[in-house]
Amino acid sequence: MPDFMGTQAINMRIAVLSGKGGTGKTLVSVNLAAAAKVSTYVDCDVEEPNGHLFLKPEGIQEEEISVRIPKVDNELCNGCRKCVDFCNFNALAYIKDKLIVFDDVCHSCGGCVLLCPEKALTEKEKVIGKVQKGISDEVTVWTGRLNTGEATGIPIIKKLLVENSPQTNQLTFIDCPPGSACIVMESIKDADYCVLVAEPTLFGVHNLNMVYELVKLFNKPFGVVLNKCLQEENPAEQFCLEKNIKIVGRIPFDNELGTLNSNAEIAVNKNEKYRELFSNLLETVTKEVQHEAATNP
Amino acid sequence: MKIAIPVDEKNLESSVCVSFGRAPYFLVYDTETKGSEFIDNTAETSTGGAGIKAAQIIVDNKANALLTPRCGQNAADVIKAADIKIYKTTFSSIKDNLAAFTDGKLPILEEIHAGFHGHAGN
Amino acid sequence: MKQLLILSGKGGTGKTTIASAFIKLADAKAYADCDVDAPNLHLITGWDREPQKKDYYGLPKAKINTDLCIRCDQCRQNCRFDAISAEPDYKVDFFACEGCGVCEYVCPVGAVGMEPAVAGELMLYSDEVKAFSTAQLRMGSGTSGMLVTEVKKQMKSAASDAKLAIIDGSPGIGCPVIASLSGVDMVLIVAEPSISGISDMERIIITAAKFGIETAVCINKYDTNIKNSEKIEQFCDEQGLPFVGRVSFDSGAVKAINNGQSIVDIDCKSGTEVTEIYHKIMNLLYDNSDD
Repeated sequence: MPDFMGTQAINMRIAVLSGKGGTGKTLVSVNLAAAAKVSTYVDCDVEEPNGHLFLKPEGIQEEEISVRIPKVDNELCNGCRKCVDFCNFNALAYIKDKLIVFDDVCHSCGGCVLLCPEKALTEKEKVIGKVQKGISDEVTVWTGRLNTGEATGIPIIKKLLVENSPQTNQLTFIDCPPGSACIVMESIKDADYCVLVAEPTLFGVHNLNMVYELVKLFNKPFGVVLNKCLQEENPAEQFCLEKNIKIVGRIPFDNELGTLNSNAEIAVNKNEKYRELFSNLLETVTKEVQHEAATNP
Repeated sequence: MKIAIPVDEKNLESSVCVSFGRAPYFLVYDTETKGSEFIDNTAETSTGGAGIKAAQIIVDNKANALLTPRCGQNAADVIKAADIKIYKTTFSSIKDNLAAFTDGKLPILEEIHAGFHGHAGN
Repeated sequence: MKQLLILSGKGGTGKTTIASAFIKLADAKAYADCDVDAPNLHLITGWDREPQKKDYYGLPKAKINTDLCIRCDQCRQNCRFDAISAEPDYKVDFFACEGCGVCEYVCPVGAVGMEPAVAGELMLYSDEVKAFSTAQLRMGSGTSGMLVTEVKKQMKSAASDAKLAIIDGSPGIGCPVIASLSGVDMVLIVAEPSISGISDMERIIITAAKFGIETAVCINKYDTNIKNSEKIEQFCDEQGLPFVGRVSFDSGAVKAINNGQSIVDIDCKSGTEVTEIYHKIMNLLYDNSDD
């Protein structure tokens, strides 16, 4: 643990988010975790989890995540089609005296099973993905993976966050899915602080605004990291100044960092200047959280 | 026999709709009576599973063949379970496709795409 | 109408930057932004007038009438999405509700109804000569292929005579991408030379191939990792995909965008490179029309 934290117990959950993919969420969360040394990194971007490519965790343990989907007993089914009409997701079809269930469209609401007058429907477990836990140096790495084509990753995120309910002396970094959909809301639900990563373009401002609205809605304390900063004017910075948003860090655009990152390497471990950059960011963020905790307990 | 085609408008001059599940209408053409009927595709406005619901409509209208430019996996599963053959449209005009079909010139639709929720990338 | 779709697999690779340059070069009469989660194209296509707006509805969501509610707890117990809370009054969490209708079904006193829920907004910018269709999903709404379909429909009906349409696609490989692919004549993939970018690109190529759509590839910011760029070119070579060019990382591009311009509006390196790619793509697109 970095010295500045002293002996004080650290127990914080920091979510890292951005309005769009490719902004630098994973860069920031992975390097913060590496800078913190003893910490936990949770990859909630379950459709495209990339954090493990950087952290390369070892000793992987995994658990499959299932949802319940309907199973039909065609002997009992009398073809009333009540379930077909009820299903708002169109996951059922009745063809040639047989009910067909489309697993990949089913949202596991359980409605069809509840309403079947013939009790022809029961439920079975269906694996939609998994969570993996491994170790990378002193970082505990949790990865959620949704199988391609599944309807929703929310059950996987729920599992990841339950497994990582607050522990003492532990910093937890949550790498969120991009955007501001319900899956992102689920990911930040229990976060103590949100770090919004923004690019220095008009596009970046538009995308930042989306997650800004989201964290405001959830009343989360937050700060912005400006990524890929050039010498030019930075509209994202302007936006923060106008809205009175705290800028917690600036990451310059530089070729070395870009190359390290595109090769899925952890910048903090490769170059002292990046270690310093992310350690400073970590310090700022931790102070912000402690400040929040003191002023808004 | 009865032939179903996804179409953009409710007339025989209309073009074939590029999407099956989200086509606004289906033409059901009867080769014996030469009668044509346009049915609304209530699946058009489904947020998900449109292909499945659209296919159910085709089945319920007792079509024997479906002529479409493309078809998702789930919809194809429904259509095939009902023993309906799927042919690939090769023209944008309805009439040209019907003529080609009658002459036996429309190919069976081979490539079934992964659909909105399935199996992409595998 | 010939339709060119620009895709990436991963977000942030420069799809919109390239799409906006193409729109300018082609003087496109019809174009659309199918990235309904985070649309950006409207920021640099220079429309100063307000678009026509139309609400887009997703699945209806549950609402509890507390005057009728007898607090039997059936709805909460049967909701699989933890969307119903009991205190102080029974209430549905709008964002958690997936619109399945189970609560409405189980409620013994008819206190739960399903109400239309606005999930996003469709926007159409148009004048006498051209039309630009775009949309924005609301916060908390899941991705939607249907909204993408609506965006494309809106574009087509507003500019039915246009010979060429340029479509900025959605990121990822999911439902919205599949929806953006339907009816398209050609796909241009904007790849990024990173490890994660390559695997996403491969997945999107396979998806486009399943649709039988001709697919070409270009690399953006190729000089940020030359080794990975070479891997991408080699991959295209092996797969027999036309490789149409490399675009350099260029701070001039950032400058153009921040002025609300496309990269071909100013004199910059990336603008010149994208112009070359544009000509190659147009050749491929119109060659294809012969067969």
